[in-house]
Amino acid sequence: MTRLTRRYRFSASHRLHVRELSEDENRALYGKCNNPHGHGHNYVLEVRVAGPVDEHGRVADRAALDRLVESCVLGDFRHRNLNLDLPEFANLVPTSENVALVIGRRLAANWRQAFPAPWPALDKIRLYETKRNVVEQ
Amino acid sequence: MLITRREEFSASHACLNPALGPEENRALYGEDSNPNGHGHNYVVEVSIEGDPDPVSGMVFDLKRLKAVIRREVIEPFDHRFLNREVEPFDRVVPTTENIAREIWQRLEPELAAEKARLHRVRLYETEDLYVDCFE
Repeated sequence: MTRLTRRYRFSASHRLHVRELSEDENRALYGKCNNPHGHGHNYVLEVRVAGPVDEHGRVADRAALDRLVESCVLGDFRHRNLNLDLPEFANLVPTSENVALVIGRRLAANWRQAFPAPWPALDKIRLYETKRNVVEQ
Repeated sequence: MLITRREEFSASHACLNPALGPEENRALYGEDSNPNGHGHNYVVEVSIEGDPDPVSGMVFDLKRLKAVIRREVIEPFDHRFLNREVEPFDRVVPTTENIAREIWQRLEPELAAEKARLHRVRLYETEDLYVDCFE
């Protein structure tokens, strides 16, 4: 088994705020991230795939992977306000955890179309909000 | 516990399967199929797994690890055109995956110790693309 990890970047803004909580509770919970006007990050997304190396010496067709990530993630996320521009976050707070979950769902839903063979498998997603904060699933 | 050493080599390669025509190679490997080759500053991370020795406090002797990586990988690969100058890449396409596996095969027998073993070879072709090779 071999794994291949590809790193992508997108810049987006978000605001951490949940309707169920009061203004004070939101501020206490999310601190600066609750600023009503939002703020942005240079996100780094790592997509890890796993599988056997094929007869061409590859775990995955990188161009197919790039197309998939571009079409179902980067194209929609790049230079967007996550809360306002993406339907998934209309009622879901765009924490790094939730952004990673949404990206994972989008990739999984389109995976078989991009990679019809049993391999490669989507193995892991890692999302860096900053150099210091990273989530993975 | 894992201990990892990082080394670098600069080399050129061309991803070309000699059994295929230029158009097929271009469709498969894209720009990587340029027959004259192109280069990367490869970074290789070698991870050894084991328990720290009760006397030395080390999983593996890092001086020895460095010497083995240099001898088996860096010296033969650095500043070379892999397809033309490094076995087996005259017949095995030097994709990142195949280079990582070759590094694994070169290192694994040299790194076996009583309580430690090679756990992973991670090879960065660029900072945005890397491959992990396990047993």
